[in-house]
Amino acid sequence: MAAGAVPAAGGSDLIAADIEEYLRRHQHKSLLRFITCGSVDDGKSSLIGRLLYETKMIFSDQLAQLESDSKRVGTRGGEIDFALLVDGLAAEREQGITIDVAYRFFSTERRKFIVADTPGHEQYTRNMVTGASTADLAVILIDARKGVLTQTRRHSFLVSLLGTNKIVLAINKMDLVDYSEQAFRDIERDFRTFAAQIELSDITAIPVSAVRGDNVVTSSSRMPWYRGTSLLEHLETAALMDSAATRPFRLPIQWVSRPNAEFRGFAGMIASGAVRTGDRLRVLPSGRTSSVARILSAGADTAVAVAGESVTLTLTDEVDVSRGDVLAAAELSPTVADQFEATIIWMHDEPLLQGRTYLCKVGAKTVTATVSPIKYRINVNTLEHMPAKKLDLNDIGVCDIELGSAIAFEPYKDSRALGGFILIDRHTNNTVGAGLLRFALRRSQNVHWQALDVNKRARAQLSHQKPCIVWFTGLSGAGKSTIANLVEKMLHADGRQTYLLDGDNVRHGLNRDLGFADADRVENIRRVAEVARLMVDAGLIVLVSFISPFRAERTMARSLVESGEFIEVFVDTPLAAAESRDVKGLYKKARRGELKNFTGIDSPYEAPESPELHLDTTRLSPEAGADAIVAYLREHGIIDVDLTWEI
Amino acid sequence: MTVLTHLQRLEAESIHIFREVVAECEKPVLLYSIGKDSSLMLHLALKAFAPAKPPFPLLQIASGWDFREMLEFRDATARRLGLELLVYTNEEGARSGVKPWTPGTAYADLMLTQALRQALDQYGFDAAFGGGRRDEEKSRAKERIFSFRSAQHRWDPKNQRPELWQLYNARKNRGESIRVFPLSNWTELDVWQYIHLESIPVVPLYFARPRPVVRREGRLIMVDDERLPMREGERVERVSVRFRTLGCYPLTGATESAAASVTDVIREMLQATGSEREGRAVDHDGSASMERKKQEGYF
Repeated sequence: MAAGAVPAAGGSDLIAADIEEYLRRHQHKSLLRFITCGSVDDGKSSLIGRLLYETKMIFSDQLAQLESDSKRVGTRGGEIDFALLVDGLAAEREQGITIDVAYRFFSTERRKFIVADTPGHEQYTRNMVTGASTADLAVILIDARKGVLTQTRRHSFLVSLLGTNKIVLAINKMDLVDYSEQAFRDIERDFRTFAAQIELSDITAIPVSAVRGDNVVTSSSRMPWYRGTSLLEHLETAALMDSAATRPFRLPIQWVSRPNAEFRGFAGMIASGAVRTGDRLRVLPSGRTSSVARILSAGADTAVAVAGESVTLTLTDEVDVSRGDVLAAAELSPTVADQFEATIIWMHDEPLLQGRTYLCKVGAKTVTATVSPIKYRINVNTLEHMPAKKLDLNDIGVCDIELGSAIAFEPYKDSRALGGFILIDRHTNNTVGAGLLRFALRRSQNVHWQALDVNKRARAQLSHQKPCIVWFTGLSGAGKSTIANLVEKMLHADGRQTYLLDGDNVRHGLNRDLGFADADRVENIRRVAEVARLMVDAGLIVLVSFISPFRAERTMARSLVESGEFIEVFVDTPLAAAESRDVKGLYKKARRGELKNFTGIDSPYEAPESPELHLDTTRLSPEAGADAIVAYLREHGIIDVDLTWEI
Repeated sequence: MTVLTHLQRLEAESIHIFREVVAECEKPVLLYSIGKDSSLMLHLALKAFAPAKPPFPLLQIASGWDFREMLEFRDATARRLGLELLVYTNEEGARSGVKPWTPGTAYADLMLTQALRQALDQYGFDAAFGGGRRDEEKSRAKERIFSFRSAQHRWDPKNQRPELWQLYNARKNRGESIRVFPLSNWTELDVWQYIHLESIPVVPLYFARPRPVVRREGRLIMVDDERLPMREGERVERVSVRFRTLGCYPLTGATESAAASVTDVIREMLQATGSEREGRAVDHDGSASMERKKQEGYF
């Protein structure tokens, strides 16, 4: 077929004859976003290349380039090799650079298409999940000679997980199996059997040959037994069954507009449903209600707006609404909760550790989130549930997740906008994971913090001190416990109420079920931090002497108490010095390989970036260190307190 | 049930992106290059924040070789909309005597790339909206909508954050800034169609008119002022031409055309056989050149 001949795209004559009419038709076309799943060997690049070529998305300069590239490096014996049009991913692989999602565009008279082109191998699960997150439909490629493979099952599971339930099974390379109906039917049957297990039922199987063009754009005469549509016709006509449109109204508030005293507008993209002026709405999580006064859609007044539109609403009452809140239909409002079961897809080289705190962005709201526990990891090839304490790059797990504050939410299967979230590392600011809320844990709706009449302030006043945590961190043998012990003796002699939590001692009791793997270390610190918090609440000065090697957990501990109540003391001893002291003989054991995961040897220590106190033990004696700490407590009003302090 | 059209969905997505940046960043700016994509971006920004004005200024990097009509249009637009317009030129670069026709990449580097970096640093902008689209070029096809730059303004394509759903992570590390592309998912046809639909004003250079041009290395270069040195044998002709993209006039090739209206332009584009960037000299030095320029800080 000649370049630019566009049977299905159509409209060439109309463009010349009546451009206004052509534009009117194009103005009303819809948008379909789809993802293609398959590896290079399945002919994915050839398929996308052919779609772009035959819908006239290839220009003469690009075509000239393609023709010369095809002769030079093509795999089609000098004929045009469509795969080269979209060879970005292949080139990336050859060059050993990160393989990524590429977005491609084409349109026909009926629809505009956005294709998320993602690589198919297991190490690119992250990329496929990203592509699937916005897809309305998935095209899963199968090589007709090979049938349903492990990777086919993985691709199907991932798109189903991300809620892309509309599947086109493109059984490719039919030319290499002599266009055999039997081969096609066998593969389709195998696939449907498997798909039923993961609740995929909207499946259309199409026999194609991407390199020869059979059933890609036009129906092929080489497979008279196939009576269905070509792939492109199917993509053009697949129903955009947008469930968001039929669900109750939800608007996550992105931004509050206050240009002047008269106008207070709440802006966001409608996640589901429709809104009319006069509708009763509820603000969540606060629960206040009001009515819609005005609707601006894309800047212009309107009486009604629907899912997918970016709007600004004004309300009839002065209710408090801020970024991250959700406006919802008053009588059909979503649940508010702070603990969930969620599926998490991990996307970073540093593993997800249970007990560690991340930032969670859901809708327009960002809150802290702690994962605990990981219930199981899913083997994406077999769908088996495996026990896990951490999730590595590309792992998918089901976990409990606890948020720092309650949010209005919907299960992901009902709403991508209110049930999908990303996890952000608090130190690097990287997006490290993606998650799907499954349901709220019942305990999160029932267990509330008991407000007690005798509070921290009352208890502390009795003892003339401000409660706080003095957190000692440093290598094993740095001298943490020695210094902490001296500090406690000085405070005790001064009549202060203290408690020393020591790593070794706590591991004999509270934490005796924990080992030294990263996940256990995170949990170890989480428990100690929680105990320390309760003790601060009891009015004590709590001395915590733990190696606590990870910055993230120390930050978490700090976040549990109020500002000024956490004093981080970095007991800084170089590894060589700590190892030469080796009071307990642990370094020798670790060096002999008898102790695994020993901090400084085969497990990392992340030094504090800005501790309240930095004690260099190569220059300070333990006594001088303890003096420095007590002086700090005095200077900061922890002891010898002015009793008018406010909590 | 209402199904939004493709243009309505693109419009809503772009507005969502504008608002997200304003909510999460401290000091955004709209990089206004005066072309049709900038006109569209500005139009969408006005919609995003109506009835208020967009809470950020426009920044134009003036190379000193912009078409005169572009500068007139720029000033008229800022005046008409009552928006703050910042114009920045790398004066030191200009004094160094580099010209658009200086061999190599020194001109684009100094007057465009370096100028942009200097302007962003001088004003301390932490997010800059750009009109880049993914359909323009291979390396753009995989760039994020929120695309991070190091303190040295470098783009690291190997280390991009995953971007799922419409959840954008705008958290920056110290010194980092973000380039944000609200038009990522628009195609050239979408842009023109929307301009037509909404009657968005664009620079008249996009429409054919008899203009003084010289034929140089197979391209038509407009003689916008007397600074363009004539080569031997060249003579100025008046030809009906228009431009598909706009930049520095000595580097921007015109197309012979009779398309005098938006619909004419669309018709011509639909029947055209050459890609949009064909006319832009700055993209012609090597196939991976755009990716390299972006890594160095070109928008």
